[in-house]
Parts: sequence; C-alpha cells; structure tokens
Amino acid sequence: MNVHLFVLGIPLFTSALLAVVSSLRVSIWVNVVASLASFLTSIALLFHRPDATLWLFIDDFNVSLVVLTTFVGFTTSVFSAGYIARERKEGHLNRRNLRFYHAMYQAFLFTMLLALMANNLGLMWVSVEGATLTTVLMVSLYRTREAIEAAWKYFILCSVGIALALFGTILVYLAAQPVMGPGEEAMAWTYVIKASARFEPALLSLAFVFLLIGYGTKVGLAPLHAWLPDAHAEGPTPISAVLSGLLLNVALYALLRFKMILSANGAALAPGPLMVAMGISSLSLAAFMLYKRDDIKRLFAFSSIEHMGIITFAFGMGGALSNFAGLLHMTMHSLTKSAIFFAVGIISQISGTKNIVNIKGLAASHPVLGWSFLIAVLAIAGLPPMGVFMSEFLVVSSTFARQPLLALPIMAGLLIAFGALIWKTQGMVFSKPSIDPAQGYAAWALAPLFAHLALVILAGIWLPGPLVEWFQAVARMLG
Amino acid sequence: MDRALQYDTAHLIGAMVLLFGFQLLYQRRIKAVLTTFAFQAGALSIAAAWQAYIQNSPHLYVTAGIALVFKAFFVPFALNWLVKRLGIHRSVETALGIGPTMIIGVALVALSIVLVLPVTQGASALTRENLAMAMSVVLLGLLMMITRHNAVTQVVGFMALENGLILAAVGVKGMPLVVEMSVAFSVLVAMILFGIFFFRIRERFDSLDLHYLETVRGDRL
Repeated sequence: MNVHLFVLGIPLFTSALLAVVSSLRVSIWVNVVASLASFLTSIALLFHRPDATLWLFIDDFNVSLVVLTTFVGFTTSVFSAGYIARERKEGHLNRRNLRFYHAMYQAFLFTMLLALMANNLGLMWVSVEGATLTTVLMVSLYRTREAIEAAWKYFILCSVGIALALFGTILVYLAAQPVMGPGEEAMAWTYVIKASARFEPALLSLAFVFLLIGYGTKVGLAPLHAWLPDAHAEGPTPISAVLSGLLLNVALYALLRFKMILSANGAALAPGPLMVAMGISSLSLAAFMLYKRDDIKRLFAFSSIEHMGIITFAFGMGGALSNFAGLLHMTMHSLTKSAIFFAVGIISQISGTKNIVNIKGLAASHPVLGWSFLIAVLAIAGLPPMGVFMSEFLVVSSTFARQPLLALPIMAGLLIAFGALIWKTQGMVFSKPSIDPAQGYAAWALAPLFAHLALVILAGIWLPGPLVEWFQAVARMLG
Repeated sequence: MDRALQYDTAHLIGAMVLLFGFQLLYQRRIKAVLTTFAFQAGALSIAAAWQAYIQNSPHLYVTAGIALVFKAFFVPFALNWLVKRLGIHRSVETALGIGPTMIIGVALVALSIVLVLPVTQGASALTRENLAMAMSVVLLGLLMMITRHNAVTQVVGFMALENGLILAAVGVKGMPLVVEMSVAFSVLVAMILFGIFFFRIRERFDSLDLHYLETVRGDRL
C-alpha cells in the first residue's frame, strides 16, 4: 500500500475543497482535521516504507522531516484557528481572503511534502518553487503597503534564487547524462547517488555553487537573507511559524541532497567549507542584528537566520557527530521557533502592536502566556535543559574536537545572540504591565505552544533510544 | 543532414538569444524593452524547436510553443496593456549607466565561457557551447534585474534570466521535465504578474517604481 500517496493526497484534496468552502467555521475545522489526518497518516510511514519510484521515495532522512512537517502543520493549524477567527472578528481580513488563506495553507503543506518526498531532482525543484509561490500569496494577505513590499521582495529574491537552483540542477543532469545515459534515471536521486563517483567532478562543483546560492537564498543564509525578516514580519503569524519552522528546513534538505551527491563523488569540490563559511556569516550577522530590532516578529525572524546558520554550519562540518547535531538542531529549532511564533501571535493580538517597546510586563498581566513565552525564548536562546541546548552543545563540542578555531566564532555568535534575546525579552515579560489584563484569549489557543515546549524540554532531558539510533543512521548517510 | 550544419544552426540561434539579451540592457523605453523581450522569446522558441528536431524529441516542441505563445506574444502584449492602462512612466530608470552596464555584460559572457568550457569536456561540443551561451543569458538577466529600478523591467529581467534557463535545459540531450519546468515558470510569472501584484501595487502607490516601495521599508536589513 502506498501510504505516502495519502500523505500527499490529503493536503492536495483539502486545498481544492477549501477553495470552494465559503463558511469560515467550516473551513477552519476542515483545515485542522485534514492537517491531523496528514499527521496520523505520516506516522504510518515510520512503520511501512513504500518502494522507491523514479518520482517519489522515502528513506530514513526524509521520513523524519515528513513527520515533523505534518506535525508542525497540524499544531499550526490549531493555532491558526484561534488566530484567524480573531483577525476576522476585528475585521483585518475579509471572507474571500480567508478562503484563499485556508486553500493556500493546505497547498503549501502539499508542496513542502512533495519536495521532501521527491526522488526526481526536477520535481523537487518544482515543488520548492510551488512552496515559494503559495507563501508569497499568503505573505501579501493583509494588503497593507508593508505586506505588499515584503511579498514583492520575497518573490523577486526567491524567484532569482530558485532560478539559479534550477541552473544548478541542469548542470547536475549534464554531469549525470554521459555516465547514465539520457532519461529520467539520470535525474532520480537514488540512481544518481550510486553513479555519482563517475561524474565529471568540475561540473558537479560548478553545479553546487549555483545550488548553494539558489537554495541558500531560500534557507535565508546571509548575505542572501534580505527577504526573510520582511516576509516573517508582514504575513499572518501562523505563516511566520510554518515559514521558520518548516520551509527553511525543506530548502536546506534540498541542498543536503545535493551535498550528498558531491560527497559521494569524492573528487568534486568539498561542499563543507562553503557551507561552514555561510553558516558562520549567517550566525554572526544575525546575532548582531538582533540588538537593533524593535519589531517582535522581525526579532525572531533574525533568530531563525541565526539558527539556520548553525544548522548549515553543522552539516558543513560533516562527520557523524556534527551531522547528528545538525539533525537534532533542525528538529528542535522547528519545534521551538514555531512555539515562539504561536506565543507572539497571541501577544500581538492582545496588545494590538508588534513593537517590542510597547509590550511590557506580560508575566503580571497574562501570567501563563508570559511565562511560557519566556520559557520558549530561553529554549531558543540555548539554555539547559531544553533540546536546543543539547544540539548546540553537540555542535560546539564536536567542532572544538576537530577545528577549535572555528568553534570560536560559533561560541561568540551564540553568546551575542543569547544576550540580545534575553535583553529584548525581559522587558516584555517583566517590567510594569502595558497590556490590559482584560484582553483575553481562548485557553486552548496555548495548547499547541505547550505541546511543542513539552517535546523540546523532553528532548533536552531524555532522547528515546530508537530516535538516537535513527538520527545516527541518517548522520552516517549524510557523510 | 550532417552534424556540422546542425551544430552551426543551433549555435546561431543560441547567439541570437544572447544578442537580444544584450539589447535588453541598453533600451531606454519600456515599450522597446518589451519588444526586445518578445524577440528574445521568439528566438528561444526557434532554438527549442531546432533542438526538438535534431534530438528527435517531440516534447520540446511543446516548450517551443509555450515560449512562442506565452512569452513572445502574451506577456509582452499584456505588459504593454498594463503600462498603458496604469499610466506607468514610459522611460526606464537605470541604477548604472548604459556604458558600464554593457562592459559588465561583456565581462559576464567572458566569465561564463571561461567557467563552462573547461568543466564540460565530457559533453558534446553542441551542449558545451549552448550551455556557455545559456549561462551568459542567465547572468545578463540577473544584471538587468540589478541595474533597473522599475518593477516592469525587473520582471522582464527575471523572464530573460528564465529564457537562459530554458535554453540550457533544451540543449542538454534527454533532459526530463523540460516542459514541466517551462510550465512552472509560466505559472509563476502569470500568477504573480497579472493576477495579484500589479493591480495592488497600483492601488497603493500610483507608481511601479520600486523607489516608492523602498521608503516604507520597516527596519533596514
């Protein structure tokens, strides 16, 4: 039975369905139920692995990301239910916007899952393009000047990015074609990886440069990150959560698939140092930029750039331990960052502002929200015992063991970012309250936030044995 | 037909696409930019059709058809209509003078030849030359996007870049998904261009000049 076709089919079908449902209540429910159904179906993939075809395949690496994507997709749909209902009530969005929003949300999940499962490198590219397209439309949802500017910038920069990634993909095919002959096998990752040792190394190197710039734009690596803070800040908050938590991962996943092809070749340029350099530049730039932010969503968008930098660095270092740390960090960052955006969404709705200086004293006015927001920020800043601390510790310690000098900028970046996050957050949580405590929110709206935080704290204290073995197997695969 | 003729013809058509890429760089009026783009797309369509013929792969005729109908006729026509209807400034604002832009353009072509030719020794001569030209077209499109301020010319720059990609894709023998890729690009361009952005940008700004957008940037970087 082909479970993965169901995982793809549910969001695709739901997207078409939501495009014609006009009742807001119904579409919110359909969105939540369909996201839950995709999540439950994707769990079946853990136990039953469908056969690889030329188009789609599931292996140890992508299955964990598929489950993560459907899980965060589900929790975000729950958060989105409360968020959207309130935006509608306050008249920020009209009914047509919302129909469009829900249809696009499922279409976005579909394109991301397709990109993760694609065996054909061209199909992977088309899906990443589709994911860009759907998110551009959602970022512009509010129709304000800023939202349109953000969407336009996102569209232009990421279109150029994915265009360059396509050029890189064509070059990989050009390298594969003399060895494997023309046809679809020369585009299928599972075949290409086996034959790549015989490819022309120089051509693969050239291809990787284009792919790194192309998909790197989408990952938000400095200096190609200019679209990311704007897109996060101006779109609806549920979209910020899935952009940071999921889409950046998917783009990085695409890049890693190509990195594996290069590593298997051996003679081509080593992809590691390039990724290490971009990782360090993203981390350092974002760490300093955090200090100057006064918009709460931009603050955490820059924090995403920082963390994608750390992950790219870890995979660039390579080796079993660093790859393990990278995988763990990818998962932890997804869970933590989307949790933060859930909190930020509620905060900006009850306070009516996104400006950090106008948000004060949440711990006093809204204790549950304030404290869980604080815990989430401490988690992302890398304080023990949370999961992010674990993975950052592994990144730093494995780097110290091999390249002590490279560990210095990483340590510095982490500390600088830590300072910025604590400095910005303590005012929001502790000083004299500025928000009317009467401004309430539904109690269940915090459920997704608690679920994510519980997982992150649990992962920091205890990782289940099978999960560790699994990550270790994938880390070996990544080389 | 002998291989030399096949090679020379493909080379000639590829060079035409590149030439129009250069011509795009020095146009001063939006209408002229759009006309030049239409010619480039037409040349691309001939290139795709020729590759379909010599590689004996009929699906490339579809790519040629898309390039001809969508890019050479529909897009320039629709953009022209938009420019007229919305009363956009008819002249192109440049961030960099025409002279320096052309010099950079020539340097980019040299760069792609120096980069591509040594690394593709395993491939056939036809593919190599085609790829070098395609990469030049891609880089010229990128240059155009950087040196032109207007939203319309930026979109044209993006489409010129995309023409380079399609030229590369059709030149590689047996490349799967070429048709799907040109469809995906067309959807990208069509949806964004006509459905959404332009009308909304017009609604809010009265001008498509991105300078106006720059002023409302939240906090920089």
